[in-house]
Amino acid sequence: MLKTLFPALRMLLVLTILTGVVYPLVITLVSQSLFPEQANGSLIHAGETVVGSALIGQNMNSDPRYFWSRPSAVSYNPLPSGGSNLAPTSATLQASIVERADTFITANGMTDAIGLVPAEMLFASGSGLDPHISPEAARLQVGRVAVERNLPREQVAALVEQFVEPPQFGFLGQSRVNVLLLNLALDELE
Amino acid sequence: MTALELLQIIVYFGLLIVMTPLLGSYMAHVFTGQRTLLTPVLRPLEALIYRLAGVRADEEQDWWGYAVALVAFNILGFLVVFGLQLAQGALPLNPAGLPNVELTLAFNTATSFMTNTNWQSYAGETTLSHLTQMVGLAVQNFVSAATGIAVVIALTRGLARRTAQTIGNFWVDLVRATLYVLLPVSVVLALLLVSQGVVQNFSAPIEATTLTGETQILSQGPAASQIAIKQLGTNGGGFFNVNSAHPYENPTPLSNFLQMFVILLIPAALTFTYGKLVGSTRQGWVIFAAMLVLLLVGLSVMLVAEYSPNPVFGTASAMEGKETRFGITNSILWGGVTTAASNGSVNAMHSSFSPLAGGIAMLNIMLGEVIFGGVGAGLYGMLIFVILTVFIAGLMVGRTPEYLGKKIEAREIKMAIIAVLLPSAAILLFAALAAVSDAGLSSRANVGPHGFSEILYAFTSAAGNNGSAFAGLNANTPFYNILLGIAMWIGRFGVIFPALAIAGSMVTKKIAPPSPGTFPTDSPLFVGLLIAVILIVGALTFFPALALGPIVEQLLLNAGRAF
Repeated sequence: MLKTLFPALRMLLVLTILTGVVYPLVITLVSQSLFPEQANGSLIHAGETVVGSALIGQNMNSDPRYFWSRPSAVSYNPLPSGGSNLAPTSATLQASIVERADTFITANGMTDAIGLVPAEMLFASGSGLDPHISPEAARLQVGRVAVERNLPREQVAALVEQFVEPPQFGFLGQSRVNVLLLNLALDELE
Repeated sequence: MTALELLQIIVYFGLLIVMTPLLGSYMAHVFTGQRTLLTPVLRPLEALIYRLAGVRADEEQDWWGYAVALVAFNILGFLVVFGLQLAQGALPLNPAGLPNVELTLAFNTATSFMTNTNWQSYAGETTLSHLTQMVGLAVQNFVSAATGIAVVIALTRGLARRTAQTIGNFWVDLVRATLYVLLPVSVVLALLLVSQGVVQNFSAPIEATTLTGETQILSQGPAASQIAIKQLGTNGGGFFNVNSAHPYENPTPLSNFLQMFVILLIPAALTFTYGKLVGSTRQGWVIFAAMLVLLLVGLSVMLVAEYSPNPVFGTASAMEGKETRFGITNSILWGGVTTAASNGSVNAMHSSFSPLAGGIAMLNIMLGEVIFGGVGAGLYGMLIFVILTVFIAGLMVGRTPEYLGKKIEAREIKMAIIAVLLPSAAILLFAALAAVSDAGLSSRANVGPHGFSEILYAFTSAAGNNGSAFAGLNANTPFYNILLGIAMWIGRFGVIFPALAIAGSMVTKKIAPPSPGTFPTDSPLFVGLLIAVILIVGALTFFPALALGPIVEQLLLNAGRAF
């Protein structure tokens, strides 16, 4: 047994150095020189301060002047990230959905029907940090945001269309709007 | 489901079928020591590793010697990850200042990574330092995957060689799997992932002030390098708590496609490698076909279930636990793939899937992680079912069962039965224990049948070395940490040992030429039989448990019942 244990220990050490030290360091060095923005978290700066990351959603739903993000099980606090993990038969989730639909319908002056609210505005995301909503969900909020900001409706609507990202390469994933980037552009309109 | 979404699925499986012979034949070259494109660069490094480790690369081992080396190496790996967690507070590369990990959680996490399970009782960003992630977890991501590949290559030799004693050298198989297969693909994949926005740095968490004036702490770290091997090695343990649903871990549809694709890449390609090494690629394709059929049938059921309206919520599409950029189809495709292969990473929360979709995810694992399965582990598990199928077919026609010209006898069948029974027993007995004890029940997040599903899923995932979860269950308690840890040990070595023992007994047998009475194992009929045996064994074992969880929940959901 000892005859095996010693080489096993040395092998583990050698492979640890290779895959646990050299490999991540090489990847870090190469990515820091090729893709510094992305490797460092796709951060958005405003002067000295960090406003957030282009990839991480933020809690906007307290402010009617901004486009709203999806509901989040962790209120967009990433420590740690998480979903609700509620079951498709959960009464708790059922109650939340009714409440979220009410809020969305009232705030955006829609006719009263749950079925008209895009699903992602009723359901919390898996990460709790989803940066996107569907183009439809953004369009439904245009009227509210335009009124709150005293901007022409057409201008806000045009801005939303600018931020619609189609599926990647035309076929991967879903059409979507990055809420934080849209709201930053909105702030710049004024 | 739109045409565009269907196209994504078609592209996914089309690419898989194309890549299988390419990577498969490359691996066949690697494990027979033939020259490959990378040989000029890697051969000197390979020789250096043998010298530094002090192993003789030219000495072959019998199955027992092979198993002892494998177990010694794995237990040492477990101890290193265990120790790193218990001491991380005092070690470098801990910019977030995280404390030492609690004892039972450290046991669970170390076991989990050593056994290629990668269950997450921990939450990466709030539990583990950069050092622990990198030197502990990432290394096990590589070597546990390489261990799985080594076992299946050894078993293949056992079937292919005639009247021999040895099944290869564990150190050589381990090093070649790491150096020639896992590392090169990981390097390319990691860089592609960074280009999409996966973080790769050693920074401390960054404090952001959001548009509405809130503070948001953005965790950083060497994520891309780890996620590449996490997907490729069918490990699945996330850098962040929500795994590949986290935008820093899986930011775009392309990163999603790549991560999802490499889950099946090696397990699929190994079927071709197997065919090459036993001298008939048809034998490999037969296994590939059985795996693909099982996967596609399960996936179709999951998609139909998920796209059906939810009578409780009164909405058409359920986006709970899913990310907008992926949508329902990509979440379900990932869910099917990650549970069929014993990957266990997630890009959506399985607990919020419709009951039937969640149930299929569970069934994929329960069938023994043989639908492509873990790297290496899936194929050696499948070969055990192949042996059972040949045996049952032999019984039906009253002939001595043979596989690849070798007689299947009592010893092989005993070992195969052990490999099937041990993980199944761990799942059912431990889940039963949890379902009748306060310590087990108090961790549930949902009540009603879904609460039972959470428990059943946890032990299924642990014993299947999968690692995904109905994550509402609070598994970070001493009860679950220890019991799930034990299930992982059973699920891993309870199959590896029988597989190696079968290799050891098969390798000594002579190969008889096929006679008119030989049952051909490279026909569509055999694919059907193999699938039938897998489904019958799985259904007989797990139907009662599934009936109490996902099946009854789906029926109640259809009746509009909420809990």
